[in-house]
Amino acid sequence: MERTDAELIAAVLKGDTASFEPLVGKYSPRLFATARRYARREDEVGDIVQEVWLKAYQKLASFRGDAPFEHWLMRLAVRTCYDFLRQHQRNREASFSELSQPEVDWLERFASQPETASEEAAAARQLIQRILEQLSPAARLIITLLEIEERSVKEIAQMTGWSVPLVKVRAFRARAEMKKILAKTAKEKYL
Amino acid sequence: MNQAELERKLYAAARADAPSERVPYAFEQRVMAHLRSQGMMDVWAVWGRALWRAAAPCLAITLLLSAWSWLAPGSAQNQDWSQALENTVLAAADQDATVETLW
Repeated sequence: MERTDAELIAAVLKGDTASFEPLVGKYSPRLFATARRYARREDEVGDIVQEVWLKAYQKLASFRGDAPFEHWLMRLAVRTCYDFLRQHQRNREASFSELSQPEVDWLERFASQPETASEEAAAARQLIQRILEQLSPAARLIITLLEIEERSVKEIAQMTGWSVPLVKVRAFRARAEMKKILAKTAKEKYL
Repeated sequence: MNQAELERKLYAAARADAPSERVPYAFEQRVMAHLRSQGMMDVWAVWGRALWRAAAPCLAITLLLSAWSWLAPGSAQNQDWSQALENTVLAAADQDATVETLW
């Protein structure tokens, strides 16, 4: 019979390290999906997820069990992704390069006939990715959680460990930052 | 260009592009191997920390004993150092000589 998360965690805390492996197997897909929102290269994604698991193992004793293990783990994941963004902040400016031809075409189509520029297009996905990479770490995290994953301010506060007012302030700044980058991109090329 | 609409479309594009949940082959084993090696490293880390912690008291004891031997009345300061050295070096020979005379 499959053991529950609580049973596995209790076993790990008693010194049975092997009981940690089923937890890694069960929740890694979710962690990989989260990490891929913030890191592009697969080796970086793997490193982030590994870091999350190492932290989870070290801090397992602090898991009180009053919320699902997955929520606790996702909080660790979001904080680790934020640390990753901050560590790679310097690469932000360098990573920006000229828009690709499909991105240019998509923007031109949008400028002339907005309804014909589909959000399903690969070019739109590449463009938003490029713009997200230009944001500051806090702005990128907030935009990803708030606008892309559509989480509430309260949820974001719980995940990041920031207070609700701080999340609101950072969301306001993040949207302003996003608008500025969009305006710059659009103005430089098509206005 | 309607920037608000552009923003909306780009967010929608990002939402539609859900990241993959694919886990690399043998990732669990990689994490577990790392945890086990970390556990082994921790033993050395604990040992290292214990040694570092012991270093300060050992140094303090050494300094105290040095100070005591130097400042205590009738200490080596008042002795003839050459005689003391000779006694120490020849202690074993003297002992042998004493044993032989006893026999």
